[in-house]
Amino acid sequence: MHSFGYRANALLTFAVTILAFICAIASFSDNFSNQTPSTQIQILNINWFQKQPHGNDEVSLTLNITAGLQSLFTWNTKQVFAFVAAECETSKNALNQVSLWDAIIPEKEHAKFWIQISNKYRFLDQGHNLRGKDFNLTLHWHVMPKTGKMFADKIVMSGYRLPDAYR
Amino acid sequence: MDWQGQKLVEQLMQILLVISGVVAVVVGYTTESFRTMMLIYAGGVVLTTLITIPNWPFYNRHPLKWLDPSEAEKHPKPQVVVAPKKKFSKK
Repeated sequence: MHSFGYRANALLTFAVTILAFICAIASFSDNFSNQTPSTQIQILNINWFQKQPHGNDEVSLTLNITAGLQSLFTWNTKQVFAFVAAECETSKNALNQVSLWDAIIPEKEHAKFWIQISNKYRFLDQGHNLRGKDFNLTLHWHVMPKTGKMFADKIVMSGYRLPDAYR
Repeated sequence: MDWQGQKLVEQLMQILLVISGVVAVVVGYTTESFRTMMLIYAGGVVLTTLITIPNWPFYNRHPLKWLDPSEAEKHPKPQVVVAPKKKFSKK
């Protein structure tokens, strides 16, 4: 500690180390938050259901998505990324997931929402297995922190079914 | 800075930074504001810089006692002995 430069270096290094500890503690505190998200998805209408020229099935849906994700936001949350995926089982694969819609929620105030929209991304199948298919709609979310670990979870809603014939 | 001053600087620096960190986390967590935590910590670092980096007079309270010049003359500096050059002759 005999010179100005020596002291400045020591202070800077120790300050950055303590900063790393602070960020780790902030991230660790996210484990203690009580999260109670809720959601509901309704299929209002199946707009069309066709077999594409390449042989794959495609569906267009109008969805009514209601969600209450305010409890996911902590003091260490930067944004929440939410997306809706359709999941079904086919003879080829045990689990197929197709993402239909997603959104970035930047603040707690925007986390309670109601939206009526047709699917943002195409609901395609690998093959033509979708006629009469039972599927789940799952709302996934990723809570992106300001520092530290990202948490991801989902709510599965089952009981949806595609029509037996193309329209 | 003298030796006691350097020891004091090191201790002060560590304690002040740790305390700023702890206070920052506690206040930030209770006010649910990440921004507050960062601001408090930054303030703490600036405060610590102002206290520890400049050479304040209170760090020089125990100055080193150098030898008096008259004392030094009584004990002259030892002379460096030059080793004698050896002549190698072929036998």
